[in-house]
Amino acid sequence: MTQIKQYFQFIFNLCQKEFLTVLKDPSSRIILILPIIMQSILFGYAATFDLKEVPYAVLDQSNSQASHDVLQKLKGAGLFNQVATLHGSNEVADVIGNQEALMVVYFPADFADKLQQDQASPLQLIVDGRNSATANAVVGSFNAITLAYNASTDVGSQLPITVKSRAWFNPNMETRWIIMPGMIAALSMIQTMMLTALSVAREREQGTFDQLLVTPSLPSQILISKAVPSIFIGLIQSTLVFLICRFWFDIPFQGNLFVLYLGLFLFTLASVGIGLSISAVSLNMQQAMLYTFVLLMPLMLLSGYATPLANMPDVMQNMTYVNPLRFSISIVRRVYLEGATLADVYTEMLPLILIAVVTLPVASWLFRHRTS
Amino acid sequence: MKTNARASGGFVSRLWALVKKETRQLLRDQSNLLIGIGLPIALIFIFGYGVTLDVKDIKLAVVTTQPSEQTEEVVSAIRLSQYFKPTIMTSFQQAEKALRARDVEAIAVFDDSFAADLAAGQADVQLIVLGSDATRASSIRTYFSSLIGTWAQKQADRHNVSTAGKGVTVIPRIWFNDANTSTWFIVPGLIVLIMTLVGTFLTALVMAREWERGTLEALFVTPVRPTEIILAKIIPYFFVGIIGLVLCVLASTFLFHVPIHGSFFILVVGSVIYMLVALAIGLLISAKTRNQFLASQMAILVSFLPAMMLSGFVFDLGNLPTAVKLIGLLLPATYFIELLRTVFLAGNFWPIILKDLALLTLYAVVLLGLARMLTKKTLD
Amino acid sequence: MTSAVVQAEALNKVFINKQKKEQVVALASLDMCVKKGELTALVGPDGAGKTTLLRLIAGLMTPTQGRLSVLDIDMYAHPQQVQNLISYMPQRFGLYEDLSVQENLDLYADLHGVPADERHSRYQRLLTMTNLADFTARPAGKLSGGMKQKLGLACTLVRSPQLLLLDEPTVGVDPLSRQELWKIILQLVEEESLTVIVSTAYLDEAARCQQVHLLHEGKILVSGSPDTLTQRAQNQCYLFTPNPEQKPRELQSALLDKSDLVVDAVPQGGRVRCVLHPNNTIEDVTKDIPYNKVEPVVPSLEDAFMMSLKEHMPLQSVSVEKLKKDHKAKPDASSPIVSVKQLVKTFGDFTAVAKTSFDVYPGEIFGLLGPNGAGKTTTFRMLCGLLPATSGVLSVAGKNLRTARADARGRIGYVSQKFALYGNLTVYENLRFFAGTYNLWGKQRKAAIERVSEQFDLASHLKDKSGELPGGYKQRLAMAASLMHQPDILFLDEPTSGADPLARRAFWRRITALSQTGTAIIITTHFMEEAEYCDKILIQDAGEKLAMGTPEEIRADLADTGGEVMSMEETFINIIAVNRRKKQERSDED
Repeated sequence: MTQIKQYFQFIFNLCQKEFLTVLKDPSSRIILILPIIMQSILFGYAATFDLKEVPYAVLDQSNSQASHDVLQKLKGAGLFNQVATLHGSNEVADVIGNQEALMVVYFPADFADKLQQDQASPLQLIVDGRNSATANAVVGSFNAITLAYNASTDVGSQLPITVKSRAWFNPNMETRWIIMPGMIAALSMIQTMMLTALSVAREREQGTFDQLLVTPSLPSQILISKAVPSIFIGLIQSTLVFLICRFWFDIPFQGNLFVLYLGLFLFTLASVGIGLSISAVSLNMQQAMLYTFVLLMPLMLLSGYATPLANMPDVMQNMTYVNPLRFSISIVRRVYLEGATLADVYTEMLPLILIAVVTLPVASWLFRHRTS
Repeated sequence: MKTNARASGGFVSRLWALVKKETRQLLRDQSNLLIGIGLPIALIFIFGYGVTLDVKDIKLAVVTTQPSEQTEEVVSAIRLSQYFKPTIMTSFQQAEKALRARDVEAIAVFDDSFAADLAAGQADVQLIVLGSDATRASSIRTYFSSLIGTWAQKQADRHNVSTAGKGVTVIPRIWFNDANTSTWFIVPGLIVLIMTLVGTFLTALVMAREWERGTLEALFVTPVRPTEIILAKIIPYFFVGIIGLVLCVLASTFLFHVPIHGSFFILVVGSVIYMLVALAIGLLISAKTRNQFLASQMAILVSFLPAMMLSGFVFDLGNLPTAVKLIGLLLPATYFIELLRTVFLAGNFWPIILKDLALLTLYAVVLLGLARMLTKKTLD
Repeated sequence: MTSAVVQAEALNKVFINKQKKEQVVALASLDMCVKKGELTALVGPDGAGKTTLLRLIAGLMTPTQGRLSVLDIDMYAHPQQVQNLISYMPQRFGLYEDLSVQENLDLYADLHGVPADERHSRYQRLLTMTNLADFTARPAGKLSGGMKQKLGLACTLVRSPQLLLLDEPTVGVDPLSRQELWKIILQLVEEESLTVIVSTAYLDEAARCQQVHLLHEGKILVSGSPDTLTQRAQNQCYLFTPNPEQKPRELQSALLDKSDLVVDAVPQGGRVRCVLHPNNTIEDVTKDIPYNKVEPVVPSLEDAFMMSLKEHMPLQSVSVEKLKKDHKAKPDASSPIVSVKQLVKTFGDFTAVAKTSFDVYPGEIFGLLGPNGAGKTTTFRMLCGLLPATSGVLSVAGKNLRTARADARGRIGYVSQKFALYGNLTVYENLRFFAGTYNLWGKQRKAAIERVSEQFDLASHLKDKSGELPGGYKQRLAMAASLMHQPDILFLDEPTSGADPLARRAFWRRITALSQTGTAIIITTHFMEEAEYCDKILIQDAGEKLAMGTPEEIRADLADTGGEVMSMEETFINIIAVNRRKKQERSDED
């Protein structure tokens, strides 16, 4: 009993030291908190594929009631903003090429006539495809407008089938709703991993690690004490992003806080495990920093955070199974937006536990056996 | 040759000595090469193949509670499409369970009266997608609608119900991205990312390391000038950045078949100027922090993440709220991305090219000037 | 041009401590003049302002106030012009560790614009003098400490400067390399009539200079030639011979206890050298002290230095009594507490430690001596369980710490070569943490912290950030932290490197007091006179054991080489040199 008590006393003492070294300086406190808040708010606004004030130009060679009506509808949609009126098709290239307008709506001279004759009356939509995501969104929105126009005039083609689509969990399909919950996990990972990776490397560089190893502390105690502050800081950062999602961007939280935090805890544990392994392998802070950075990039990019995993080739999809961020982003999104329960997401927690169970003992072993 | 250089005032020979030193250090430290060459190659593959907004293999649950000839036909049409991998399910509950378990990504419901409604000329298909994966969901929605539309069109044609072909139709022409793939717009962005990485991150670290290891103290008390120290840092890393550029251009041309419509010369000039901007930012950060950890954090926070999130690399600046857009407009990366996309995909549109080049040059001059001012030969 | 190379008048340098918002005065209205062709030494305790002064002269910092001109150039206006003409070797010479010796030399030759035709002969000379000729292709990072220092000096001397600034060029360098470094400096001074300013913690080095300035708290206390300075201690220096049964360090303690009469007492060649306060006679001292013989000796610069400093600085009080009193009972002294047999450590095909055996008994001070790269630190790390031994038996407090249970490590204390405590934690936080790691909690912990902070005079600094403490305090803090748990064995790896004579004396008083409580102490040092404090010393070179025994015995072994009693440093250099010569002959025969 006293031995157990003593074991935890040791850990408590070591943790206290870790917290002090990390949080003592005001500058490091600031660098752990402020950027997270700024980034989540800034990126929350930035992360959107949803169109806004698309600048467009009109080349109306028909100049008819019909073309005016279509343009009127376009204006009414509120997404588009006319910036120019063109007078010849030769102007199209420049206005698109120089990014004055993102699209040109071109009504051919026979536009109204064909419409009158109950024929299909094509108008051309020239879109700047340099950002293909935006281009596709523009075409989609414009299609919807012409469909609405056709319906209103009752001359348009009424296909016998209509697709009525519903989007569960995010009815307006807002990009922000999926990017922000993803950030709850992704943003905290950057600094958690960096912090952990540096923690042992810093002690090695400053010589304090040897000092620690000649005391009666056990490697497991050192390991736990290195992990606890990082996990704590990681969870605090996640909480900050969570609060910003919930209260700044008003994204409704559908799930259970316990499940969310269980998922986040396991994720942070796994990233700390990776961080500690990096730390144990690196001989100095510079190496630790570079290794972490080199690892962080693919982890972030292949996590489904910005682009869907399902779009990737199978080989790359398989690679993502060792990426803790992949699972945590999925857990957070599902719990946050879908209200997924523990039963729904436990399969995605298991890999996180596995990663932690592999990396932490490896790190602990490396502590003692990796010597310069 | 060396003696000639010395005759011209020592500047050249000192610079040459320092450049030699930097290059040797660069080549001997594997972690530098890892970041400078290894990571760019990894990124090219990840971005080229992994990070894509182009949809494929959509796992779709098709619920047909009452199979009919018509539903069979629709399903086979879906099956034939290159985008969908349909699974037929007989109850909605089953489909919903599959959706929740992520076994499928969307559900299409053809209800009992589908055949009858279709005959009557007005049938509905319900599509349920997951908004929690909105990016993919919206593509699924578009693809599904167009698939059903095409099928319906054929149906209508076949039955000679010539409701079709009336009214306004849209012929979309997406310029500058003939293949309409996101790879085309991501790869030029990748060049920006890699040059920022090499220029800012690596240079900030390397310079901060000199401060930390105290190697500058002895160096300062020699005839060397601060300008020479800065130039010597810039030159080798400049070439590493150019290697990154070459790798990217090669990969984009030969692996991803991204065309270069504009002038290759402008591409090179723009990259050279941006490389100087990135290097200057790195030098500024390290001159201010003099500490590797802070320098790396700063490099990530002020240059790398914004270059990824706020420069129009993935998310179009035009769609952002004004305040956030303004921050984006302050970033040099924004203009470099714009320039690259234009030169790669659009062609020589001079107003844009000249504007971007002018702004980048301005940034380069101002930031390099600042870096020179902040690098003083003093320990105070 | 006037003959003054450096002219400083009322020179001030004030730093601002941002955290505490305090001003720290590094130099307080200092006047100095260095003449052309002179070899000038700056000496003084830690934090006296030596490095700041050198940096100001090198143009690396701007003075806060006062006039400073170097080579008749105003340092405010044209620091670059001065930097074109001088050479400077900072305390930590920033060699590029991934560049080879030759590449480092080339870099500095290029920067100083040394013409290609002059280089060859210059390199030849520098490489021969520094013994680096065989290592030109080796990366600087792979050189031993002494070789790095020599390479730093060579880089500084790629051309003949008008003024050479050296900031503690011999810190952490073994006596052999130190001797060689000075040979180089003196040779150049003579051949090229260099003007040199050197700061140093070794007073025997200062004694070789023409001018010595003793700095204290940013001011020059005294300056003059070594001879005139030494005059101050004239007739105040005596050499005591102890009784046969008396250890020199016991006699030394007895002398030092009379702090109102005695300025300084240090063991020397089995005897004790003692400096009296002015106006005291030897009879006042000898009244109630047991000793065998006493005779007056010629004063040294160190004696004068101690006298001058004592006038301005209270002696650092060492609570020897407390150290002894508070210590718990120790194991019996009849069996060794550290035992090493046939210890071997190889890294690849490089042998760092070759078949070393020794025993250390409780209460013994065991000195491990040897030049840089002799395998001392490797031996230490193996003893502490930080490194596995390749072969051999080692037992520390009855266990091999590499494999023993963690609590076995509770019986040792370890102070590493460089300061290795948490720099951004306060003194108190560090102490509290280390008390915890040695399983001291609650009242015990509080008592332990109080005890060590009293013993090591840290009480007034408990709230200071340990990383910002002056060097001497750091070293005391490191000792305090390693003694929290009253270990049976204390390992000290070069604890006095870079420490000034005052701090070193205080340190050794503590160590000897500690050994009297029964603690076994194993220590490495580059100050050979410190070996006099040891009960037993082991001299290693290139991993091999060359000599072992009491300082007396080792000196006796070499007695045939000369009649006069040798200093420990001479003895050491002799042993190493003889061994290296033998080795050379052996390999020549092969």
